[in-house]
Amino acid sequence: MRAFRRLRRNFEHGVHPAHFKEQTADLPIQRVPFGKHYVMPLSQHIGVPAQAVVTAGERVMRGQLIAEPGGFVSTGLHSPVTGTVREIGDFRGVDGRFAPAIAIEADAFATQQVDAGDGIDWKAMSLEEFIKAVQMAGIVGMGGAAFPAHVKLSVPDGITIRHLLINGAECEPYLTTDHRLMLERPEALLEGAEIMRQKLGAEETVIGIEANKPDAIAIIQQHIAPGDPVRVVPLRVKYPQGAEKMMIKSVFDVEVPAGQLPRDVGVNVNNVGTIVAIADYFMRGIPLIERVVTVAGPGVTYPANLIVPLGTPVRDVVKFCGGLKPGTREMIMGGPMMGRPIASLDVPILKGCSGILVFTEAETARRKEYPCISCGRCLEACPYFLNPSRLARLSKARMFDEMKAYNVFDCVECGCCTFACPSNIPIVQLIRTAKDDLTHRKEPDA
Amino acid sequence: MKQRDPDLLLFHAPLLRQGMTTPKAMRDVLLALAPATLASMWFFGLSAVLVLASCIGGAVAAEWLFADRQARGESLRDATGVLTGLLLGLTLPPGLPLWMAFLGGFIGIALGKVIWGGLGQNLFNPALLGRAFLLATFPIAMTTWVPAVPEGGFLQVYPGNLALPFMQVQIDAMSAATPLGLMKFEQEVTPLTNLMFGKTTGSLGETSGLLLLLGGVFLWLRRDLDWRIPVSILLTVVVFSAILGLFDADRFPAPLFSVFSGGLLLGAIYMATDPVTSPVTPKGAWVFGIGTGVLVMLIRVFGGLPEGVMYAILLMNAATPLIDRYTQPRVFGRGGDSQ
Repeated sequence: MRAFRRLRRNFEHGVHPAHFKEQTADLPIQRVPFGKHYVMPLSQHIGVPAQAVVTAGERVMRGQLIAEPGGFVSTGLHSPVTGTVREIGDFRGVDGRFAPAIAIEADAFATQQVDAGDGIDWKAMSLEEFIKAVQMAGIVGMGGAAFPAHVKLSVPDGITIRHLLINGAECEPYLTTDHRLMLERPEALLEGAEIMRQKLGAEETVIGIEANKPDAIAIIQQHIAPGDPVRVVPLRVKYPQGAEKMMIKSVFDVEVPAGQLPRDVGVNVNNVGTIVAIADYFMRGIPLIERVVTVAGPGVTYPANLIVPLGTPVRDVVKFCGGLKPGTREMIMGGPMMGRPIASLDVPILKGCSGILVFTEAETARRKEYPCISCGRCLEACPYFLNPSRLARLSKARMFDEMKAYNVFDCVECGCCTFACPSNIPIVQLIRTAKDDLTHRKEPDA
Repeated sequence: MKQRDPDLLLFHAPLLRQGMTTPKAMRDVLLALAPATLASMWFFGLSAVLVLASCIGGAVAAEWLFADRQARGESLRDATGVLTGLLLGLTLPPGLPLWMAFLGGFIGIALGKVIWGGLGQNLFNPALLGRAFLLATFPIAMTTWVPAVPEGGFLQVYPGNLALPFMQVQIDAMSAATPLGLMKFEQEVTPLTNLMFGKTTGSLGETSGLLLLLGGVFLWLRRDLDWRIPVSILLTVVVFSAILGLFDADRFPAPLFSVFSGGLLLGAIYMATDPVTSPVTPKGAWVFGIGTGVLVMLIRVFGGLPEGVMYAILLMNAATPLIDRYTQPRVFGRGGDSQ
């Protein structure tokens, strides 16, 4: 039975949204022309914000360090363009709040060539130096969560990483950034993977790709030299296949214990984009100053896969794609299952932004909410085997403390329950409300 | 000319949904019941139409009367009232006075659903609650069975149907016994083909086993039904009957007879699976189904009544919150059960 399960390369539960990837899957990655204004928020990742090392009026080069890590869980920040620092102040972020950022005005006459060397001699580096270099290069998880990549590299004593798992699942509908990267830059992916594998001391590299990308699987397999400790594992097409714990279950048939990290089962998981960023830095000396973004959805005139300098306003990106169609109702940064809605076209592209999706009437129609009829569809959908039906009921009753007994903090907010709910109950939002209250609530003084 | 930015909404992800909605699921159940309903009309003629219509009328009347003034249209649109009425009607004898059928539907919704707080809040299956009320209040009318296929063809109505409220109920001269009654009190076995195709005496909806199964398969394909519940009920009944058969094959019903007689298929596929009143957890569904199956057989074989599906399901409905509490799924990455 166990052997049979391994053959299936699968995790249990999950949902099957339509892919919607046809729009951009066949479009090569294009470079967006440089614009005029750039805004680099100092906090683009989980953890401590970076600290600016430039001042207003200072001239900066593309790729120059403009902010250094503010702590261990923090990364460097580099200027995406050659130009002048216009202002360091508060700018509106994606979540609607003001947050400190560095505004840069691009020099219209600069060539915008990165003054890159031949790369960095990573082989001679000690692990500590390597971790520091990844941190200074500003590399974070490019899949969406934007967790600083170097933090995952620093493994406590007593744990050995045996597998480097590269996440090419891209299970979110619409998004095709990882797909295109794997097709167009397989060499860079394998270079980055080899650097990471050697530095981690892992035995092998496993690249997990959902089976709906056969071209990517084929191309990467072609580029693997015989004898290389790399293998590609096709995965069943299912959401959330790209959630790291689900992917570990699919590939290695191991459950990461609740409250622990992949490293506790000897696995290091990184997104395809992150690995390519590693290769770009160590082989070519280019820090994280741009990323691939899918612009898609029914409301965009010309969908595209684009290389966008970080800090580019969404407005410029959308304009390059022919603008918005009439009837645009909502824009999402990230995927349609877990992404964040954006309130303004002036927010910048961040390190963790894998897509800009534009939706119209049909996807955003107000859905009438019915009472929960305990049909159990959410239980069948939840990849963590939680009881979303009960959690939603408790959250509605504001019985947040009772929700801890139902493991509310094991929820990763993948949205499967809400996708599956026939009564249109915003289950994942109710759970988020409860988690937020439990985390940030101040107990009244007794 | 400068283009104005669109006014952006800030709906939370996930923006995508699967197509199913609660009213659609309810309509699916109505559709699944359509063959059995048409069969009941074929076997019992106009009487079936009248009894079913009265039940639905009673249920919808209660739904309308007790709804919020603003939400009146909405509460009817989700089709749950119609479904409760139809399910109740299918459990009633064809010769039942129509006013009783109407009252049953009304009570089923009023005491079975509205008083708990409406859709999704009730502990007991409303249709079965309505039937329990009728059985307790009008025991003679509820246990007077008429033979299938009235002599005068489709348009003939059983005289009992037209009895006036609170008058002495005329007991039909042409009464007959159900297969389960024959089995229990006279040890007479009805042929299996009659049970499958519906040429038997009984409630409106419990005559044709095959059509009920057909609807069940449709619901399973549409993922509207937790397959664990009917499967575990039917398996339990089969195993229980088989074990009894080892002791005395003549005295106890055969497994297939147990499955196809009485209201078991109607109850197992359409009543016990009511999502509101059955456990939400997968493990709980097995417990619920096995419990229902055991209770059905206990009542049928050892109880004073020939049929026990209704009480079995109602009793298990009462146990549902408890079952849910103790059958929470094992959370990913956690060894033991969560509670």
